[in-house]
Amino acid sequence: MKTYDAIVIGAGHNGLTNAAFLAKAGLSVLVVEKNDYIGGAAVSRTLHDDWVYSNCSYVCSLLRPELHRALDLARHGLQITPYYGGATFMENGDYLGSYPDPDLAHREYARHSRHDADAKLRYRAETMRQCRLIRDFLLRTPPDPTSLKPRNLKSLAELAAPFLALDDTALYDTWRFWSMSIGDYLDEFFETDVIKGALAGSGIIGTALGPYSPGSAYVLLHHYMGDVDGSIGAWGFARGGMGAVSDALASALKSYGGDIRTEADVDSILVRNGKACGVALTDGTELRAKVVVSNLDVKRTFLKCMDHRDLPDAFIQRVKHFRTRGSSGKLNIALDGLPTFPALPVGSPLIDGDLHFVDSMARLERAYDDWKNKTWSKDPYLDLIIPTLTDPTMAPPGKHYMSVFVQYCPPELDTGPWTDDAREAFGRTVIEQIARYSPDFESLIKHVEIRTPRELEAEIGLTGGNIFQGELTLDQLLFNRPVPGYAQYRSPVKNLYMCGSATHPGGGVMAAPGANAAREILSDLRRPNTVPENFGDD
Amino acid sequence: MTERLDVIVIGAGHNGLVCAERLARAGRKVVVLERREQVGGMTETIEFAPGYRASACAQFLYDLPMSTVDELGLVSHGLTMDPRPLDTVALAPDTEPRVFSSNRTSTLPGMDASAWPAFRKHMLDLAGFIEHIKQRPPPKLHQRDRADLLGLAGMGLALRRLGTDDMREFLRLITSNVYDLLCEHFEDPVVRGAIGFDAVLGTHLGPRSPGSVLTLLHRWSRGGGPVQPIGGLGAVSSALAASARAAGVHVRTESGVRNINVHAGRAIGVTLNDGSTLEAQDIVSNVDPRRTLLDLVGARHIDIGLARRFHRIRAKGTAARMLLALDGLPEAPSGNDRLLRQRLVVAGDLDELERAYNPVKYGEFSPKPALEISVPTLSDPALAPAGHHVVSITAQYAPLRPEGGWTTSRRDAFADAIRNTLDAALPGVARHIVAEDLLVPDDLESRYGITGGHWHHGELALDQFLFTRPVAFGAQYRQALAGLTLCSAGAHPGGHVSGHAGRHAAAAILRRGTES
Amino acid sequence: MSTLGIDLRIRHTPFHPRTREANLLNRWHSWQGFTVADAYFDADLEYFAVRNATGVFDLSPMTKYRISGPEALAYLDRLLTRDVTKLKPGRVAYAVWCDDAGKVIDDGTLFHLDDGTYRLCSQEYHLEWLQAAALGFDVLVQDETDSIAALAIQGPTSCAVLGAFGFANLPSLKPFGLRDDQVEGWNVTVSRTGFTGDLGYELWIDPEDALAIWDRLFDAGRPYGIKPMGGDALQMARIEAGFIQAGCDFLPADRLVRPGRARSPFELGLGWLVDFNKPHFSGRAALALENDVGSRWELVRLLVDGNKPARDAYLYGSARAPIGFVTSAMWSPVAKQNIALGTIERGKRRGSLKAEIFYQRELHWSRVLADCQTVEGPFFDPPRRRTTPALLR
Repeated sequence: MKTYDAIVIGAGHNGLTNAAFLAKAGLSVLVVEKNDYIGGAAVSRTLHDDWVYSNCSYVCSLLRPELHRALDLARHGLQITPYYGGATFMENGDYLGSYPDPDLAHREYARHSRHDADAKLRYRAETMRQCRLIRDFLLRTPPDPTSLKPRNLKSLAELAAPFLALDDTALYDTWRFWSMSIGDYLDEFFETDVIKGALAGSGIIGTALGPYSPGSAYVLLHHYMGDVDGSIGAWGFARGGMGAVSDALASALKSYGGDIRTEADVDSILVRNGKACGVALTDGTELRAKVVVSNLDVKRTFLKCMDHRDLPDAFIQRVKHFRTRGSSGKLNIALDGLPTFPALPVGSPLIDGDLHFVDSMARLERAYDDWKNKTWSKDPYLDLIIPTLTDPTMAPPGKHYMSVFVQYCPPELDTGPWTDDAREAFGRTVIEQIARYSPDFESLIKHVEIRTPRELEAEIGLTGGNIFQGELTLDQLLFNRPVPGYAQYRSPVKNLYMCGSATHPGGGVMAAPGANAAREILSDLRRPNTVPENFGDD
Repeated sequence: MTERLDVIVIGAGHNGLVCAERLARAGRKVVVLERREQVGGMTETIEFAPGYRASACAQFLYDLPMSTVDELGLVSHGLTMDPRPLDTVALAPDTEPRVFSSNRTSTLPGMDASAWPAFRKHMLDLAGFIEHIKQRPPPKLHQRDRADLLGLAGMGLALRRLGTDDMREFLRLITSNVYDLLCEHFEDPVVRGAIGFDAVLGTHLGPRSPGSVLTLLHRWSRGGGPVQPIGGLGAVSSALAASARAAGVHVRTESGVRNINVHAGRAIGVTLNDGSTLEAQDIVSNVDPRRTLLDLVGARHIDIGLARRFHRIRAKGTAARMLLALDGLPEAPSGNDRLLRQRLVVAGDLDELERAYNPVKYGEFSPKPALEISVPTLSDPALAPAGHHVVSITAQYAPLRPEGGWTTSRRDAFADAIRNTLDAALPGVARHIVAEDLLVPDDLESRYGITGGHWHHGELALDQFLFTRPVAFGAQYRQALAGLTLCSAGAHPGGHVSGHAGRHAAAAILRRGTES
Repeated sequence: MSTLGIDLRIRHTPFHPRTREANLLNRWHSWQGFTVADAYFDADLEYFAVRNATGVFDLSPMTKYRISGPEALAYLDRLLTRDVTKLKPGRVAYAVWCDDAGKVIDDGTLFHLDDGTYRLCSQEYHLEWLQAAALGFDVLVQDETDSIAALAIQGPTSCAVLGAFGFANLPSLKPFGLRDDQVEGWNVTVSRTGFTGDLGYELWIDPEDALAIWDRLFDAGRPYGIKPMGGDALQMARIEAGFIQAGCDFLPADRLVRPGRARSPFELGLGWLVDFNKPHFSGRAALALENDVGSRWELVRLLVDGNKPARDAYLYGSARAPIGFVTSAMWSPVAKQNIALGTIERGKRRGSLKAEIFYQRELHWSRVLADCQTVEGPFFDPPRRRTTPALLR
């Protein structure tokens, strides 16, 4: 029987990235995937006629350009196109536009508040300062602050260096930023509800935090720190849907000699003499490998696919307590035409961007209260986008695909598990929210796919339906992600590694966890590193 | 008339008195100026109804180090208390009380019985690091001079002393939320709720809010056991004032300060409400940092950015006080009279506690507030007429200023909510009530002059902790303005009746004295 | 249809109908969102109008804040680094303001309109900072950029032009003087100020009157060689005058991302604007410290050998590593000098400075290493700028 150098469990984007870098280093690599399609949560699915849905992740900004280049993803067909701005609709019929051009953005903010328009200039500088600190760290392995090993000390020093270079003000502001709520942070700059509401959205997407929960300022950073072609904070589409990312990664992997086997559901990770040595599939097949890499979330990896006796009890406890409660839902909608949003000026380019319908932080916070009470938000925060305005490949000409990300949606209801009826009612809530601002929207609907955390867990295997494979709170970031002491992609079992979004630097179709894990694996195997370094910000 | 002094301390709260005593002991000529008729500030005992007295705000001591009690000779100055901490008894309708004890057998159901001592020990181990931090002034992150580097290195060593596992756990938990922590360790919802309440008491946090483990560790850094002095917390202030006077401090009441006077960029004295002025080498303020800098000093004497930082200190109080005069005792929980003498907690489970928190975010009060209750007359009968009793309650959550203000009808509605919650947990208490007094955060603000009516003079949270408490570039007690020292709970290490801030502030002044 | 939305795409100054007609080159840029001319017919000739006759520049987009209330003066004295208590009504002062670290947020001109009311004009937007500075003061800070139109009338014949326009006794107005006037029924505030380093005035008017005033001005100025002038010509004049500009020679300290990029007044050669003999002002402690221990950067005004404009040039001391860079540079037509403003690290200079200039001719790049000589003050400083009564030709 063939023994692979490495088996990667799960053909999500991190698994594929990890496998591609391992294969590029000359390893024989097999990726096993339970579904009959690859991509995990970065997929393009055709579920209705000729419409293509990015039915899980839907926009792209964090995918590291270093990896894009190192794996030659452009040659493998990946094309990322930025989209234009966006708008937040207000209950009074007005809107707040978000324009990429700073001058235009200032004028639009000034329409709501001169003070806030000027404050935005300082806000931009301060958040950018924080972005620059974290961006350098995305393609690095987090140091273990409790270890005095030279390697860790060096890595700690590297982590500390940019902070030490900061002037006094920035140093203290960084300390505060990382521990603050996005609500308190925005209150320090702005006085206008809609401006704060619009900016706060990035602080809660995908997260079971409200805008006034401490730590949510970091979540904002997580959504700001990406870039499209150097435009930091910009977001874009993968042409053809998010599946294009996975397809390009798969193509790169194959070009380096790697294999992918779909409909290969891993039942367990095989451990002999304390070392991982392969996987057993649910159909009974056993596959051997020198190294096993799991792109599954940590609960699935360690609690479902392993014998607990192979793991330290304390580790199992920590894994059990890793927070993976889902908080997001999604609607994918096929439209017969382009809906109108009468609040926007006719011909406004803002409709190409991300549209929001919550115009204050109090409404966002109340939406979060619903989640805490185990129900979906009755006044939900939506991140609505119509990709077909930018990417013509996703619907027939003249027709449109609308992606609606919904915050908040609980993993389980106060009445118990999700039911199909409840899911329909959830979808209704979302559609009504949109229809309040777009009278012709409902009449254009041809098909709706409604996804709650239940569907995310069932189809993609994300425990709790958490889109980041685990909450992005400070206690689960950096050296705490996923488990303190195991943040360097190695598990307690020799030859078993983690490469999913549950590891540093977390979720968001970044591919950095997969790449970082590959670098650690290659180092353990004493193979030349194929993973690139940060480009670095000047 | 201008009188020359070494030190003027504004405000005779406990930190002001501790600071004054320490400085006077070191030979400084010190006057303490108190706006009100009596000393103590929020650490006072009031007669809330004729013949009935109780602690006005804080009702327990958690954090007063015995070393301070000894050094200041508080016992000889009249402080009487049983230093053995009270138990905490979690009450819930229609179920047995849960007793949390540090030195006796706890009566927690099922697995939680053994989980509690282990959990408590684990938390106290971690809290030891917080105690290390509290015992010391915060180092500066910038301008790395020797003292700051030593302070930072000391913190690093103290952290390492926890050992690898605890250090990892500390670094994880310090930003984490108490809701998940308690769900990890306990099964019983009432047990979880009661411990969760310890984390959020006196804060603008719910149990799910990240940062609520920090506030738990802060409360528990000296063991977490509550102590109630005879005569209420006012007895602590009286003893502190007596100790200060014995050290030579001149404590002047009814001497409200209108302004801190600044000349050539330095605080040089104060103007009192009666227009008289006093000058001194050092001006120490026990008034909360925001009022000190923005109202007493005036923003114009400091830089714009710094003034903005003080302006933005988050200080929205959420804790209300309700004092009840009773003509008899309520039924003891489970008929056990001993339990009634303990610290009683009615918090429901963590979800109920979180739901109690939700309204305050929108400026509304909790329809079902969480309560911390004591019956101080059981150990201190002198607080009420013979046979009568006092019930002292801290209730959360109450907004600082609801929309439309604290109208009579809103106060009544909130008082009803407190009484209903209380009566469900201690059946029969309501029919004994002969008088009551409700103090909402707005009252605390106006009565004690504390921004937001916030116990800690500013929210206790990671972004307002250590290096950045009360603000960045103002954390070392003497940093905001030459000649001015901040000694209130708004400075590091924050509130509880501990005297830490007063001690550190005094030490900062004395250190300067030896350096120059 | 939008009911509440407004057209954000283009903002026009009240003079736009005239500037559009005048702009033969159709060359424009956006100044804080306003469409303003780079040049109207020939940037060099527009520049020469300023030095030889009169150039008219549409100043309307200049950010203008009205500061009023009982404590306006105390407020400004705490905001600005210089002592403005001596600024009498009817006088104008150049000033800078700093953050807590003593780094310059912006420079601008302060107009003392009536007793107790001031106008602060700057290049950039600062309402948030100015309102934060108002904490604890009985003062009102309002943005009045859109409610005042402004023209700069600059050059040796500018006083004569305005005399013909209808101003009486204008020659007696001293530099940095300010006066409210009524001309032909229009309320006009005139100040003897400008950004050209030459004799010149600025008119502050009601936007409603803008077009009529423009027309009358150009009628009155025809005999005196009046010309409209765009941003390019103004740049030339201001560099010759040795003036620094936000966005060019420094950036507002509160908008910077990278550490070490902000500049103090000392580092911009504006130490004379810092007055330690007045009560507290923002940044005072940091500036006092810098005054003691020395600045990191130093602004230099350079005469550069040769005739290749030293735009974006690296500056070298004697060592190989560059010690600074040029921020503004040009060939000065009036001084017949190659001039530049630059920033160097203080104390790093050994001997004369050299500028490494790259220039392109028909696609090919060449490089020269030009010797530089530092000078104090303006490159061009005609006495007419100050003479009172003002010259009429």
